[in-house]
Amino acid sequence: MGKVLMKGNEALAEAAIIGGCKFFFGYPITPQNEIPEYMAKRLPEVGGTFVQAESEVSAINMVYGAAGAGARVMTSSSSPGISLKQEGISYIAGAELPCVIVNMVRGGPGLGNIAPAQSDYFQATKGGGHGDYRVIVFGPASVQELVDITMEAFEIADRYRNPVMILGDGILGQMMEPVEFKTTEIRSAPEKPWATTGARGRQRNIINSLYIIPEDLEQFCQKLQDKYEAVAKREKRYESYFADDAEIIFAAYGSTARICKAVVDQARQEGIKAGLIRPISLWPFPDEPFRRAGEYAKAFLAVEMSTGQMVEDVRLAVNGHKPVYFYGRTGGMIPAKSQLYEEMKKILEGGNQ
Amino acid sequence: MKTVFKRPQTMTEKQMHYCPGCTHGVIHRLAAEVIDELDIQDKTIGIAPVGCAVFAYDYWDLDMHQAAHGRAPAVATGIKRVHPDNVVFTYQGDGDLAAIGTAEIVHAAARGEKVTVLFVNNTIYGMTGGQLAPTTLVGQKSTTTPFGRDENHSGYPVKMTEMLSVLDGVSYAARVSVHNPANILKAKKAIKKAFKAQINKDGFSIVEILSTCPTNWGISPIEAVKWLEKNMIPYFPLGEFKVPEEVAR
Amino acid sequence: MAKGRAIILENRCKGCELCTTACPQGLITMSKQLNALGYHPAVVTDQSKCKGCALCAVMCPDVAIEVEKEEN
Repeated sequence: MGKVLMKGNEALAEAAIIGGCKFFFGYPITPQNEIPEYMAKRLPEVGGTFVQAESEVSAINMVYGAAGAGARVMTSSSSPGISLKQEGISYIAGAELPCVIVNMVRGGPGLGNIAPAQSDYFQATKGGGHGDYRVIVFGPASVQELVDITMEAFEIADRYRNPVMILGDGILGQMMEPVEFKTTEIRSAPEKPWATTGARGRQRNIINSLYIIPEDLEQFCQKLQDKYEAVAKREKRYESYFADDAEIIFAAYGSTARICKAVVDQARQEGIKAGLIRPISLWPFPDEPFRRAGEYAKAFLAVEMSTGQMVEDVRLAVNGHKPVYFYGRTGGMIPAKSQLYEEMKKILEGGNQ
Repeated sequence: MKTVFKRPQTMTEKQMHYCPGCTHGVIHRLAAEVIDELDIQDKTIGIAPVGCAVFAYDYWDLDMHQAAHGRAPAVATGIKRVHPDNVVFTYQGDGDLAAIGTAEIVHAAARGEKVTVLFVNNTIYGMTGGQLAPTTLVGQKSTTTPFGRDENHSGYPVKMTEMLSVLDGVSYAARVSVHNPANILKAKKAIKKAFKAQINKDGFSIVEILSTCPTNWGISPIEAVKWLEKNMIPYFPLGEFKVPEEVAR
Repeated sequence: MAKGRAIILENRCKGCELCTTACPQGLITMSKQLNALGYHPAVVTDQSKCKGCALCAVMCPDVAIEVEKEEN
């Protein structure tokens, strides 16, 4: 199968369909409208259903219903809309339901703007909604990676009966890149004996997150924790780019990581031992490569399109062994390669930025 | 002698947790009787609200979802789109449907989702201890309108069934009451019509059921059914506001 | 006249008294005893007069009344 030039949002939607998505519920918000629009046209072609909901709140609850009924289902939105979905996401996790949620991150807080950002990392990885739960979060850095991860996302969601979030910065959704769909055969959902289909010939199934007795709720939360431990064992992903012998290691994900790669390339050309560790799974966070690098590198520089969110997880992983610096632009501003290069030089020349 | 009245098959044996005299129990039973009589138990999926009826999934032997507050019509939409041949119904109180869930009920109705909504209106918030509801009557006391609802401050009660009945996607909209046996039997007829509208794929159906809350009204169950008849029915008139077209013809 | 029997399931009754208003013949009253739930349950005073109309059971919010009726 050859490569096709596609816009990130549309490629993601096609990948979701190949991944088995048969139901999409969403609401328009910039910069992800191409996703519902693509789904509206394409889902009926594969026997699926698209519904434009009246709000992001309604959409996530439609997802909750469809997921509980056994379907592979997705919603997408952007930052303020994802805020609206938090209660629903908590319910989905609490009822142990699978689904895929896409966030094409824009400037915040509040209405912010429609320019790209990475300022929803906390929201995605540290909760967002109430209660002791986790969302499995991926931060792709190219349209190809967006496609590959989305194709797999429904299977991961089904495997763990948990929401999976694809955190794209707004650049990723809008950019066009050549992309290859490694398979075009549409995957089907597995049998789900726990789903509601009408209790013909079996005990009734109840989709629920209410455990009114404290002992029961604690036991359930522990069950979720055990599940998350299993996820952490298996789903941590990252890319190491010239980091094995690096003195200064960039930590970045998504589009920001691509800029950092360009800085690493330039640095290496000039004999500077720079490298990049690029988390691909944001939860579970790939702490191990950072911990190892903390033994030999001199310093880390986390770069984000935010005022500093992922950097906290880098610091946790490095655990005080080496300094972790931060450089960020926010509000839709994109870090410039030259500026990052300067920051790197300042660190290497000793002392704080 | 033969049995002419007993617990319907679709109801479980579990003792309901509602207060003595609360008519939730009556309405649960009516829904179960209708599901039995239409022989749809094995393909019906119900949605429990947030409110006193949050545990409704314990009382019906059906596949069920418990939904976030107000979101049951959206959850129903998700389920029905996945399983169009199943029967899907929601059971919601006045806070769930007419306050936090107003957008979801209006749009499920507007889209003509082929689901059935049982809307239990007791003019107060029961589970949380008796606060103002969108349907609380002017002058009625609640814990957040301790001096009686003042229309200048808190406005007027909403008439959901009338409002929804103007939407083209709605095929059956009725308001009934359960304050005495004659009305309970009429309520059952309306509930059956509503489920039939779904089965016949006519469109969205809703039955608003005037109900009592003796505990939060602060009166006995017998006084409560009298209060309902005297005060609620004049403001929330009983009747069918929309019927499926074939019936109307 | 058809004869009937209203069987009150004593330990499901919450003593709400609604059935006492539903019986067209006023055959139901509240017991002075307490049931297992701590309520005064309903009791049928004169079963021989019961016609099996089942209106008490229709009114009961707790499915605490079963009704039998003589077949014609």
